[in-house]
Amino acid sequence: METIINTANGIAAKAVQMARPKVVAAYPITPQTVVVEAIAKHVETGELDAEFICVESEHSAMAATIAASATGVRTFTATSSHGLLLMHEMVHWAALARLPVVMVNVNRTVGPGWNIWADNNDSMSQRDTGWMQVHCASNQEVFDSIIQAYKLAEDGRVQLPIMVNYDGFILSHTSMPVDIPSQAEIDAFLPERVPCWSIDPKNPVSHGNLVPPEYYMEHRASMQNAHMAAKELFPKLANEWKEKFGIYHGGLIEDYKLDGAEYVIVTLGTLGAEAKVSVDELRKAGHKVGLARIRMFRPFPAEEILRIAKGRKSLVVIDRNISPGYEGVTFTETKSVLYGNSNVPVYGYIAGLGGRDVTYKHIIDIAMEAVNGKASPDVTKWWGLKENEVIS
Amino acid sequence: MAIKDMPREELLLPGNAACPGCPASVALRVILKALGENTVLTIPACCTAVIQSLYPKTSFKIPVLNMAFETAAVSASGIKAGLRMQGKDDVNVVAWAGDGGTYDIGLQALSGALERGTDFIYICYNNEMYSNTGVQRSGATPYGASTTTSWSGKTEHRKDLMGIVRAHNIPYAATACVAYPEDLYNKVKKAMSMRGPKFIEILAPCPPGWHFDMSKTIEVGRNAVQAGAWALYEVENGKTTFNGPSKAILEKKVPLKPIEDWIRDQGRFKQLFKPKRDEARIAELQAQMERDWDKYRRIVAGECAEL
Ligand SMILES: Cc1ncc(C[n+]2csc(CCOP(=O)(O)OP(=O)(O)O)c2C)c(N)n1
Ligand code: SF4
Ligand SMILES: [Mg+2]
Repeated sequence: METIINTANGIAAKAVQMARPKVVAAYPITPQTVVVEAIAKHVETGELDAEFICVESEHSAMAATIAASATGVRTFTATSSHGLLLMHEMVHWAALARLPVVMVNVNRTVGPGWNIWADNNDSMSQRDTGWMQVHCASNQEVFDSIIQAYKLAEDGRVQLPIMVNYDGFILSHTSMPVDIPSQAEIDAFLPERVPCWSIDPKNPVSHGNLVPPEYYMEHRASMQNAHMAAKELFPKLANEWKEKFGIYHGGLIEDYKLDGAEYVIVTLGTLGAEAKVSVDELRKAGHKVGLARIRMFRPFPAEEILRIAKGRKSLVVIDRNISPGYEGVTFTETKSVLYGNSNVPVYGYIAGLGGRDVTYKHIIDIAMEAVNGKASPDVTKWWGLKENEVIS
Repeated sequence: MAIKDMPREELLLPGNAACPGCPASVALRVILKALGENTVLTIPACCTAVIQSLYPKTSFKIPVLNMAFETAAVSASGIKAGLRMQGKDDVNVVAWAGDGGTYDIGLQALSGALERGTDFIYICYNNEMYSNTGVQRSGATPYGASTTTSWSGKTEHRKDLMGIVRAHNIPYAATACVAYPEDLYNKVKKAMSMRGPKFIEILAPCPPGWHFDMSKTIEVGRNAVQAGAWALYEVENGKTTFNGPSKAILEKKVPLKPIEDWIRDQGRFKQLFKPKRDEARIAELQAQMERDWDKYRRIVAGECAEL
């Protein structure tokens, strides 16, 4: 094991290099650019034996990745925000074609006005495409998740694309020490891809032709089953990683000081890292608050949400996103799990949109609303809003 | 290559879902005879996606990757890269798209693949409209032609796609027509012998879209070339050569015919004749045809002058 210090972007490029994809197609966008630049360099210097397709758009990046993946090779792409949105048609395509594409998405706010800082509305808007989604809270988790993502996506029971998300700038441009296994260890954990099917003149099959109604639903149902299989496999991979390398970030959810917790903060991404500091402080002050950091957002860890909700006084969900006209997406998802299964109240907060800073102190204040019985269930509350600047 | 000498084997199978008299299926038969079995096709949304037939069947005897409407060229880039990394660089990677997928929505991806130097053949079968969605206007629809989004006749001329392709300085670009299968076959063979991006555009007269009898596809195509409404030529490493009847027109050995000879039998132009002759629009179509040929002559003359 070697320890290197780098930004999440640099670490992502390193993980991709060690995963040995054969084709990478990507287009630059802040704050993801360094990933593309570094991989292009690895290919030029021969450190990565792959073809780098320098495409003219993100739509084409995803299309090229899909087409290359259909020939049976391991592939990679990376994007962010507007790039992800431009890809949207092909994001669906990759999932329905059941191709194990791995993509890094550096979470960035959607414009206008142009905003390059972190929020999750970009990836949340891809929720229903059929992609698996992982959210990271540290550079170490970025490295580990990318390697694990390949293994999960390429598993014969899964065969789905996966998006590894991390917050723009907060992680993408922040250096941290990361422990890196040797190439031999990575190769042993992640052998070469064995495709279930591939484009091959020796086996002339048409892929993706017109599917009449009497077949389409079965495709969707198969995809749903694959997601359910992934939900079982992902925690096993996390455990395998722990046994081999001694590093563990949790399974579908990371539990943090949940023992004896009466109130549980539920969030994802770097808000989850910040919330650990808040929990530490709250515990020191004698408040029984814990944290459940959602790592895998799709497939959604419904059973895990039920587990962490059991016996609590309330859950406090913090979303760095909003589904306009309703509420934070994770808030909705969490409540939907509890409906009919639990009477634990759930409080929803929107915070940090457009990259607005959310510190551990803010999260303490949010949690204290629940602790003090001041939070109101089923209503989304905006945190840190300058009310006088909001048009009503 | 005479038709009788082309390989007998059909890689587009009978019983497919094409309309009777479909130009796309004629062209596919010819190009696949030239390409052979060691070929991968990628097809975006277009009539051919339907011609291919419904899942779980297929009318192709080669592997096909169906892709989104605007991605034909970049899909070829991805397939080529994937195959090359597996040592299968000898496979012909072919993007086969309609004019909508080429002139309009797929133009950006096409430009990208040509500029990147992807080693593939891009073939556009140009039926001068969006057939698949019910005959809407495209960037390839000629002036005066009626479509379901230009009911009384298109008010703009078609774009010079070959000019755009040429500007990418690729090794090979050619036009063809379903009525000249030998010429098409030879052009595909020539494209296969070269590395890098190759582009072939095929005029594909479509009976239901152009409103002519389904027995007349070849005749309408032949009339287009003989009248000068469509030119057969190839650009090989920057050198332009006109082929077949187009050569004689270029060299003024045969005069341009009145455009009427070509448009009269197509229902899509009937508003130029009924309820009364529209002299102005017929004259404009004729004038554009003459401008096109002047341009071709300037291109060829310019290339000679440079030598
Ligand atoms: C993104 C997107 N927009 C629109 C469509 C609908 N659509 C499918 S095929 C087609 C027209 C195709 O025209 P062309 O490329 O000329 O092929 P043809 O149908 O004439 O064979 C359109 C508009 C689509 N499939 N995808
Ligand atoms: S509409 Fe025209 S191009 Fe399309 S299948 Fe029918 S004949 Fe062929
Ligand atoms: Mg068309």
